Amino acid sequence: MSWHSLSARKLREALAFMVFRLAMLVVLLSLGGILLFVLIHGLGSLSWEFISQPPRNSMTEGGIFPAIMGTIYLTLGAILVALPLGVAASIYLSEYASDGRILKVVRLGIQNLAGVPSVVFGLFGLGLFVVFFGMGVSILAGSLTLGLLILPTVIGASEEALRQVPSTFREASLALGATRWQTIRKVVLPAALPGILTGSILGIGRAAGETAPIMFTAATFYTLYLPDSIFSQVMALPYHIYVLATAGTHIAQTRPLQYGTVLVLICLVLGLSLVAIITRTRMRRTKKW
Amino acid sequence: MSNISPAQSVATQPLAGPAAGAAKGVAASSPPARTPIGARNRDRETWIRIVFTAAGLFSVVVMALIVLFLFREGVYLFKTVSLTDFIFGTAWYPTYDPPDFGIGPLIVGSMSVTLVSSLIAVPLGVGAALYLAEVASPRVREWVKPGVELLASLPSVVLGFVGMVVIAPLMQEMLDIPTGLNILNASLMLALMAIPTITSISEDALYAVPRDLMEASLALGATRWETLTRVLLPGALSGVGTAVILGMSRAMGETMVVLMVAGGAAQIPTSLFDSVRPMPATIAAEMGETPFGSEHYYALFAIGIVLFLLTLGFNLVAAWISGRFQQKGAATL
Repeated sequence: MSWHSLSARKLREALAFMVFRLAMLVVLLSLGGILLFVLIHGLGSLSWEFISQPPRNSMTEGGIFPAIMGTIYLTLGAILVALPLGVAASIYLSEYASDGRILKVVRLGIQNLAGVPSVVFGLFGLGLFVVFFGMGVSILAGSLTLGLLILPTVIGASEEALRQVPSTFREASLALGATRWQTIRKVVLPAALPGILTGSILGIGRAAGETAPIMFTAATFYTLYLPDSIFSQVMALPYHIYVLATAGTHIAQTRPLQYGTVLVLICLVLGLSLVAIITRTRMRRTKKW
Repeated sequence: MSNISPAQSVATQPLAGPAAGAAKGVAASSPPARTPIGARNRDRETWIRIVFTAAGLFSVVVMALIVLFLFREGVYLFKTVSLTDFIFGTAWYPTYDPPDFGIGPLIVGSMSVTLVSSLIAVPLGVGAALYLAEVASPRVREWVKPGVELLASLPSVVLGFVGMVVIAPLMQEMLDIPTGLNILNASLMLALMAIPTITSISEDALYAVPRDLMEASLALGATRWETLTRVLLPGALSGVGTAVILGMSRAMGETMVVLMVAGGAAQIPTSLFDSVRPMPATIAAEMGETPFGSEHYYALFAIGIVLFLLTLGFNLVAAWISGRFQQKGAATL
């Protein structure tokens, strides 16, 4: 069998494709392995008490209720910041921008903002919100930092949704005498709304899982009380995991609590992402305008 | 427009909005009034356009603010420490008296985990992209692709936790080394973070290669593998390059994994199993215990500047490659 014979060439193709299959298998198995491992170890510590009670006995017993609430507050705050800004920016990109210098600068800004390390966002939030604006370590400062962090995610998803609205929709509206803004508000935005919401869910998931940006801007290791204003510090799930796993005095003793917290965080984040991914796939398939 | 009846003008109201509709009613009765209304609409449209353009530019403003606030705090360090001592100094003892602020070991730490993790992530990530683009049937693809996206949404603290609790003891026992918290472990976990980025951007690039080129190659009797190596990959090379660089940038900036898994020793590593203290880990670990306004506090912001500039460099190179060598149809191939 020579190097150039058809069967040798076919064999090389089969081998190469086998390698690609293997690569994907390794990736999927890593994901599956991590999920399964956390599920097996974390399921035992899940209980109603774990979800609904604050920690007790210097964090070695009890639940994670304040951390869950803290993460919910921070995430809601983040999306309140990112959604209006992100949708407005994506309207500019898909409806108003014409090829030119401004568009180039905007695109570069968004791309690079997406690449800023999360810990640098943390420093930025500390410098600007916590210190310069005097918000202190608070829900407000953390939400603003997280909101800016997920801004590129929201912009990307919203722009995709807006671009999927066929241009004939816009042309029909403009031809009827509507202005550009009327067309956007009454025709384009309603059609793109499901896609925009999907994008914001992805953003929420991202914000809920981030640790580094809230370390210096919002999170505290332990509060007995739920926050009473946007200037309170909060506990948060990702930070709780980090502290329990690295800094406690009873690291081994609290292992079950750690697994439980990881499981809750994964359910929250992957649950949100899964919802977003499934709706998006379904929308892409069914929407034939 | 001037001979429009009041009834018709009412009928147009829902579309044009109440104000414009009422205005048109006036226009119908007195034609000369048309120009100001058109002008008013134009004014409004101009303002709206300006508002949205400003929203678009907001990301640029945030980038500028990030630079401003990193430098505002970071430059104070250079009143007492010279830039060369800071970048090339080999001792990082920020709490000693007198303190040492040399981030050489931290930069080397960041570089080493970035490099090793991309050695793992690039073959796997590109391989997975090629699987999605060439091997998988559409039905399988539909199930496998969300899996990769789910991996992307896995919080970094979870990967750090897994590296710490599962991989570290395993590595320590199997390889008989002093600690499982080392470069290799951190790189494995970082690779898992970088793979989804590499895979999804590479896949987009592979899909952007014109189908007729591949069909021409297949029609000439090439196998799919030959088509892939000689037509598809050359055509998608800039996109795959962009993906690799963005993946590396992601690994370099990632914090929680290196904070929990890299071991935290500020030393120049000599083997894969040495502990390191990459820059993000240093910032995250030390900012909490640093008095506001101290030299150490400013030093951490200065590390932030270095980290920011490095990742910005990666991202700009990626943007340049994807813009410069973009495949625009078959003609440029």
